[in-house]
Amino acid sequence: MAEQKQNERIPTVIADDVHIVYRVHGGSTGRGSATAALNRIIRRKPGAGVREVHAVKGVSFTAYRGEAIGLIGSNGSGKSTLLKAIAGLLPTERGKVYTDGQPSLLGVNAAMMNDLTGEKNVLLGGLAMGMSREQVRARYQEIVDFSGINEKGDFITLPMRTYSSGMAARLRFSIAAAKDHDVLMIDEALATGDRAFQKRSEERVRQLREQAGTVFLVSHNNRSIRDTCNRVLWLERGELMMDGPTEEVVSAYEKETAR
Amino acid sequence: MTVETPAAELAAEYGLSVSGARPSLPDYARQLWARRHFILAFSRAKLTAQYSQAKLGQVWQVATPLLNAAVYYLIFGLLLDSKRHVGDGTPKAFIPFLVTGVFVFTFTQSSAMAGVRAISGNLGLVRALHFPRAALPVSFALQQLQQLLYSMVVLLAIMVGCGHIPRLSWLLVIPVLVCQFLFNTGLAMVLARLGSKTPDLAQLLPFILRTWMYLSGVMYPLINNLKRMHASPMVVDLVSANPAAVYIDLMRFSLMGHVKGAPLPHHVWLLAIGWAVVLGIGGFIYFWKAEEQYGRG
Repeated sequence: MAEQKQNERIPTVIADDVHIVYRVHGGSTGRGSATAALNRIIRRKPGAGVREVHAVKGVSFTAYRGEAIGLIGSNGSGKSTLLKAIAGLLPTERGKVYTDGQPSLLGVNAAMMNDLTGEKNVLLGGLAMGMSREQVRARYQEIVDFSGINEKGDFITLPMRTYSSGMAARLRFSIAAAKDHDVLMIDEALATGDRAFQKRSEERVRQLREQAGTVFLVSHNNRSIRDTCNRVLWLERGELMMDGPTEEVVSAYEKETAR
Repeated sequence: MTVETPAAELAAEYGLSVSGARPSLPDYARQLWARRHFILAFSRAKLTAQYSQAKLGQVWQVATPLLNAAVYYLIFGLLLDSKRHVGDGTPKAFIPFLVTGVFVFTFTQSSAMAGVRAISGNLGLVRALHFPRAALPVSFALQQLQQLLYSMVVLLAIMVGCGHIPRLSWLLVIPVLVCQFLFNTGLAMVLARLGSKTPDLAQLLPFILRTWMYLSGVMYPLINNLKRMHASPMVVDLVSANPAAVYIDLMRFSLMGHVKGAPLPHHVWLLAIGWAVVLGIGGFIYFWKAEEQYGRG
């Protein structure tokens, strides 16, 4: 890791021994009936109906400006959870996450409503990400063009429930990518859409990086990790297995999973 | 790594801050104000999305409160005959009295119900995006306010239809609504925090709200009814000081003047402002205190 020796590299995200514990209600293994639940409450069994899941166990790393960092690992290894903690959306149990500005998770889909038109969702999604009304208006055409929603007719004025899943995913990515983020985190978004759209989104991720930002990408698609990232973190069972240049880590990961 | 600097020192050197920490109260209020367009857009979107699948569409905005009032008139006006205690005992006196009560109480009731689910029902949003979480309960209270404005149009039409000619005191409706909206928003924020910790509250709340409704004189004159039951003056004062009763009585007073058989409680304007300030500010502070915990686990 020769490039890390340069002193002028500016850190944007520092994770310091981060532990994350989920508390899940209704996850207990007992019978699900009402009498069983009552029985548990009356007997005051320890943690009635609550189970703890230790999703991330002591992860530390420092991310720098201009990096695109891929997160890989099998399902349930804690990748998405770690991203949410970096975004400050999940509190850490122990350890701390330090960030420059406000990292944003590419998650506008949560603010969007299927019963509203694509047009209204662009406004709502933009506002939800913290853009002003003027900013959304100024970028509106850019967002619609990028998504390619209107390539096959005037779809943007139809309710989103009429969209195909690919169209909806494209609109979501376009809205999220319209804002200039200091730290942007993308969870499995590049795998959606057709080939032409994937190319466009990879291009946009590269642009965001060049605007002195840091990009995190969670994906099970090793090809899209190779195409977009220059550094990769490999998580397994909530622990950091490997941290290094893309080719090195992805090859090791492929070797491990091929067995 | 160049040196073995602890992460905290490196963070301090480059001015990085802890992710997800709770901002100070003034900062929090500022952030919330900065999100006012989102709050408004979100409440409007919720309002339109509500009936977008129905054939009649937005007509339901007006039809729902009307049907509500019709059901209560059937039960309390015709079957239980509460109307003989109001005014001269005719439907013309009772209908505006009842409909005002139903609409004003529904405003608080639906704000409370939306508030208790504001966080627990929107975990996806809370876990995906960054914004002051108070934006959610405020937005839901605002949605109910917009819903109420539709109902007010219906209410004013009923008033005119029952012989109440528009007059200057109708303008008092505005301060009453401002106070009630502040109270509702505070209530929604308190319930949002409680509901995020204990989702079971959403199951319990309808029963509490129904009890509250019967205690607030929605369909009968509260003070006179209590007096007929020989309640002690202290009980009368306490029950009639409850915020729902206060806002209902003031709305009736603004629109219909003094109703025979339904006197106003003491210090009613002070109570209206007091409830609004206490719940509005108190609810905001109470909600802010748990800001960093919403969306957990």
